Amino acid sequence: MNILVCVKRVPAPGARINITADGQQVDTAFLGFTVSPHEECAVEQAVQLIEKHGGDVTVLTLGPAEAEEQLRTAVSTGATKAVLVPIDTTDWDPQKTSEALAKVIAELETANGKYDLILFGNESADSCGYQVGIRVALKLGRPIVNGAKGLEIESGIATIRRESDAGVEIYKLKTPACVGVKEGINLPRYPTMKGRLASKKVAITQSAMTAETGGLKLITLQRPAERASNTKILGTGPEAASAVVDLLEELGVFK
Amino acid sequence: MTVLAVVEHDRGTITSASLGVLTAARSLAKQMNTKFEALTIGSNADALSEIIAKYGATTVHQAHHSALTDFGPEAWGESVAQIVRKVSPSLVIGTGTERGHEVIAQTAARLNLPASMNCLEFDKGFTGTEPLKVVRARWGGSLLEEAEIDSPIKLVTLANHVVEPTEEPVSASVSVIDVQLDESVTQSFVQDRVERVAGVTLATSPVVVSGGRGVGSAEAFAPLEELAGLLNGVVGCSRAVTNNGWRNHTDQVGQTGTRIAPDVYIACGISGAIQHWVGAMASKNILAINTDAQANIVTKAGYAVIGDLHAVVPAISAEIRRRHNK
Repeated sequence: MNILVCVKRVPAPGARINITADGQQVDTAFLGFTVSPHEECAVEQAVQLIEKHGGDVTVLTLGPAEAEEQLRTAVSTGATKAVLVPIDTTDWDPQKTSEALAKVIAELETANGKYDLILFGNESADSCGYQVGIRVALKLGRPIVNGAKGLEIESGIATIRRESDAGVEIYKLKTPACVGVKEGINLPRYPTMKGRLASKKVAITQSAMTAETGGLKLITLQRPAERASNTKILGTGPEAASAVVDLLEELGVFK
Repeated sequence: MTVLAVVEHDRGTITSASLGVLTAARSLAKQMNTKFEALTIGSNADALSEIIAKYGATTVHQAHHSALTDFGPEAWGESVAQIVRKVSPSLVIGTGTERGHEVIAQTAARLNLPASMNCLEFDKGFTGTEPLKVVRARWGGSLLEEAEIDSPIKLVTLANHVVEPTEEPVSASVSVIDVQLDESVTQSFVQDRVERVAGVTLATSPVVVSGGRGVGSAEAFAPLEELAGLLNGVVGCSRAVTNNGWRNHTDQVGQTGTRIAPDVYIACGISGAIQHWVGAMASKNILAINTDAQANIVTKAGYAVIGDLHAVVPAISAEIRRRHNK
């Protein structure tokens, strides 16, 4: 089984996100980077599927040269091949990104055969566009369902479990298919020693690609207005318990 | 020059997010001095036209096809795309929900148009033909992006809970449109469902007691379980906890977990990273229990106790038992 996972390099913010002076991006001077959380789970899911069925997991990212770090991370947790589509900015708009990804995937498939599954994150943690996977799937002529909290594949049918307000929904897609994965589908493993060695050795295929600029343009980033902080300190240590229960009674919790 | 609202429903039941979208679409149509129309998918939603008219849409387009009996992202997206081609609206607004984002993204892909998700504000001077400036949520709402959509038809989703639904009844006309759907879009319908058992969930519980990295282990959640039980609430946790395997992801409050809005949120040993805060910030009252008085969650919470949760939480439970004979 051949699985492709598209991942994105995103900053790993802590308590506060700062913006660069020109308002064009997140100030990453003091931040580390990570694979966007939904996609980290997509990699894990793909690795679990090939452990069961055999095959290869290729990770693909469109990003700056430094995104090689996220590809190597994916290999350290079980992906077997890595492809980087280098761009000279941190981000492309969703239409441009998906056009480039679809063209690169078509090239990869011409060389290596079709992927049974192409996985995406449900949405990226930073730009939250909710659309790149869907656009790529349509360009490749594959079905796609987002929001997967469960994914199994049996006899060429991908079964997708998705949560809704009413409960759980089941979707079934004939492979080759695309799936947008959500965090919670699994608990991603930590890199193993063997994985770390593999990640150092893996050849990163570079696949340059251009695409048309789309119609959604970032003008500026802003931080939302901060809520006035007037925290009422109820006390220190276990002695505060009485004040806490007073508050809970006042808020009507015991009614 | 129409504003078209895409109504989200589940097998004929309208969602609350749709009511906000109808209200936003109506005010945008007024601002643009143009018509406000709405769209429902599947004949099981035909009866919704009455509700939609209460929100001021003058025409309701009803997409019909024998396959449209449940939700299917590709069939819904294709249906919206066909109606957009027919109606030629200048602006299409969908719900800022999992389904809403998916349907608008499907529509945008099929029409090769840009789409801007989770919009909070629209340019108040927008008249319909020029590029549309919006403010949209990034990082689950902890960062805002001013963006411009430059295309003849603008596709957006409205961030949920941003617009308070208000009615303004009109009498609406109905236009039934038979859409054409082939097998390329009809396999991705819901095939089966497991309905949720009745009871409080993390998303609906009025009281949530959450633990973070400071709890220290899976076993150390027992006092939090006890407190939640005494308050008829449920236990939640931060991403650090699920990453450590102490609790299941279904308990995770945050950007990539569940977004909650309880009456009372008690955050124990949680620092309050962006990822977590985004999921908890809609809570009506937040009590933080933390050893660090400078922790992000302490500075943002309405109430705080500075201290070790392992001592404070059992003391609160003991005090509740004493006062309420539990």
